[in-house]
Amino acid sequence: MTLDSAIPSGPIEQKWDRHRFEMKLVNPANKRKHTVLVVGSGLAGASAAATLSELGYRVKCFCFQDSPRRAHSIAAQGGINAAKNYQNDGDSIFRLFYDTVKGGDFRSREANVYRLAQISVNIIDQCVAQGVPFAREYGGLLANRSFGGAQVSRTFYARGQTGQQLLLGAYQALEKQIAAGGITMYPRTEMLDLVVIDGRARGIVTRDLVTGALDVHLGDAVVLGTGGYGNAFYLSTNAKGSNATAIWRAHKRGAAFANPCYTQIHPTCIPVSGHYQSKLTLMSESLRNDGRVWVPKRQGDTRTPDQIPENERDYYLERRYPSFGNLAPRDIASRAAKQVCDEGRGVGPYGLGVYLDFADAIKRLGEQPIRERYGNLFEMYQRITDENPYVVPMRIYPAVHYTMGGLWVDYNLMSTIPGLFVIGEANFSDHGANRLGASALMQGLADGYFIVPATVSNYIASARPAPVTAGHAEARGAMEAVEQRTTRLLGVKGRRTVDAFHRELGKLLWDDCGMARDAEGLSRALASIPALREEFWQNVTVPGSGAELNQGLEKAARVADFFELGELMCRDALHRDESCGVHFREEYQTPDGEALRDDEHFAYVAAWSWRGEGQEPCLLKEPLDFEYVHLATRSYK
Amino acid sequence: MNLTLHIWRQAGPDAPGKMVEYAMRDVSPDMSFLEMLDALNEDLIARGEMPVAFDHDCREGICGSCGMMINGVAHGPMKGTATCQLHMRSFPDGAVIHVEPWRARAFPVVKDLVVNRSAFDRIIAAGGFVSERTGAAPDGNAIPIPKDDVEAAMDVAQCIGCGACVAACPNGSASLFTGAKITHLGLLPQGQPERNRRARAMVRQMDAEGFGGCSLYGECQEACPKEISIAAIARMNGDYLRATLRGPAVNGTAAS
Repeated sequence: MTLDSAIPSGPIEQKWDRHRFEMKLVNPANKRKHTVLVVGSGLAGASAAATLSELGYRVKCFCFQDSPRRAHSIAAQGGINAAKNYQNDGDSIFRLFYDTVKGGDFRSREANVYRLAQISVNIIDQCVAQGVPFAREYGGLLANRSFGGAQVSRTFYARGQTGQQLLLGAYQALEKQIAAGGITMYPRTEMLDLVVIDGRARGIVTRDLVTGALDVHLGDAVVLGTGGYGNAFYLSTNAKGSNATAIWRAHKRGAAFANPCYTQIHPTCIPVSGHYQSKLTLMSESLRNDGRVWVPKRQGDTRTPDQIPENERDYYLERRYPSFGNLAPRDIASRAAKQVCDEGRGVGPYGLGVYLDFADAIKRLGEQPIRERYGNLFEMYQRITDENPYVVPMRIYPAVHYTMGGLWVDYNLMSTIPGLFVIGEANFSDHGANRLGASALMQGLADGYFIVPATVSNYIASARPAPVTAGHAEARGAMEAVEQRTTRLLGVKGRRTVDAFHRELGKLLWDDCGMARDAEGLSRALASIPALREEFWQNVTVPGSGAELNQGLEKAARVADFFELGELMCRDALHRDESCGVHFREEYQTPDGEALRDDEHFAYVAAWSWRGEGQEPCLLKEPLDFEYVHLATRSYK
Repeated sequence: MNLTLHIWRQAGPDAPGKMVEYAMRDVSPDMSFLEMLDALNEDLIARGEMPVAFDHDCREGICGSCGMMINGVAHGPMKGTATCQLHMRSFPDGAVIHVEPWRARAFPVVKDLVVNRSAFDRIIAAGGFVSERTGAAPDGNAIPIPKDDVEAAMDVAQCIGCGACVAACPNGSASLFTGAKITHLGLLPQGQPERNRRARAMVRQMDAEGFGGCSLYGECQEACPKEISIAAIARMNGDYLRATLRGPAVNGTAAS
């Protein structure tokens, strides 16, 4: 297998326009003869399904929730970036491109990132036209705020519910097409395998989560917009249902998996409060616009925050990164928080927390503007912690948030399996080793509304996929594989619950492949994960049958995939002998504790291909060229 | 804390359901209500029994998946709170808690606490959108919108579609849900061309799904985790009336 990134030639500003012109089109009358399967209905999936249907394709869209409106994109809070330069503060497409490549610590593909910055402008227009209630100035124009990793205000927002409003916009477009008959929606349906016929992705095997019925759906192209795999860590900010199953099963059918070790740890989450905890709640990064981050200067200081005078506080982000201060990018802010807690200066019950303090902002602006900007976030914080952040500083700690790794895709967002497209968080494409805030929504919608509809058309026009039937041997084989796996899971009848295994796996990954890694810990994890996986298959218990709504069975199958993926994450982290972005190998750091990249040896995308159960995967490398943003040490000082 | 739970168990849509009693020991007051149910389910699984099925996903009060009647109140005793954001500290030690699924003709029970809310999707599909093709939109600032209008639109746009309004309503009416979307789009310039058609189609779909009529009990507003105002229903009724008087059945005229 070789990796052909298919980057169009020509200057970076013209690549996408030129490529769009050169791509083949499908005659409008022929589009209705082609079926596209879209798995996932978040920002990427719903926008792709709606747009493909608008173009005239027959679309089948699948989601595991009871309604496409509930995809996890709905939880994104802070905003969406776009290089509109409405604030006249020096923003441009090139600057957004530059910030994103630099923010990703030079581990993303320049051509993709430039296209993302270019399209960002259209996304805002599209969403405004759909009736997304973005925040406005008194004059009626769109408002912006700033976000981590950028010195311009380019983030558009709808209170603290930006993801919700953008998703509802895409969902409404989706429902419009459902009503028009262009899309058949399959809610409460999970993709459990990919059907590959003659080397091309031609279908999926699904389970109806209510009846348990397995089905094969065939089409001319398959689009996966199934999100990230942060739930491998058990505790994360992801919705509980977010899972890796669709991309993992596609990986096992031949799609290379790129950069699995790049997991973004978000710096501003509510700290863990007990062992029963099922997930972590994110507090939007936008809070760092007005909140100041600090810890006591003295170790083990147990005084309440109001008793700690100004000169005994360490505003460590402002101290270490004077030009970006509290707006330092996520990887840097997270690591800095871990460092002060490791030094014994953390606050809160377990010493795993830092203060995010709004006292200065409230003193400067009054309570009302703060209430307007962040009211719902403050309320959420108070519900969870029983503390009032208008009065006492919030306590925050980093938590697993977003996975930059995912299935490898070329410039057309097509995986190493022809006809299998991967969009949004499910692919690896745009963020490199670290994602800047407010860029996930941008990527999901760029992929779904603008990129994949064009590239899928090009694929269908060029490949002219021949008709296939459900009776095909590959389709039957995939269905049988799913049946066997389900029977096997139900047949173990052991003594430990799925959650117990998941928690143990999650802790292993967090300890050894979390905010900081070293060769010793990763080697240890690579030995313990297979052993734990073995125990899972010997000793897990899943009550009930496969022929009913069985949430335990759903979870068990997903956790089984997390075991295999978790191992790959550690393998990837171990082979990358450098620090870059969120991948912080303790052996590779500068004297003042910053990540130390090795561009000579590691300026590439690491894409792994599956070689079978228990076999070591094969590493493929896509070299990265930096022609427009020159390789430089990232500095936010 | 120690608790006594009475939970509605129903194996499937056509199976008979019943309340089953469970004793819970050592519940932390910091647990969310769903985490308390997780703990119960781990016990049940360890005993080889089927866990209680319930819908949930984001557990941050935004996805709208979760929802159950807790002591007869949709999403439980805390105002403006989804079940996932309800914490056990809201209950006294030794509390007896009754947990049931949403009860409404248009929301049939799937299993235990899980109901089918797809009727909401069909109401949106009937007209809860702006017909906009991808890729041809004018510049975002070409449509200036007064701040107050957009704020008012956002107040209702934040509906999470959980169904608490229906469950809380003695008539099982979906008027708050439908009214919220009609109001959101009706307050914005983008929503004007289809305003009449939207009101007619969405209201008709709501009736066709088997939701009851609104008789202004106001229970929906009390139960709504996003505290959406009942004013949205007044606006829906106004738009519907105007549409019936002015607009043709399908291709509505632009609002004046």
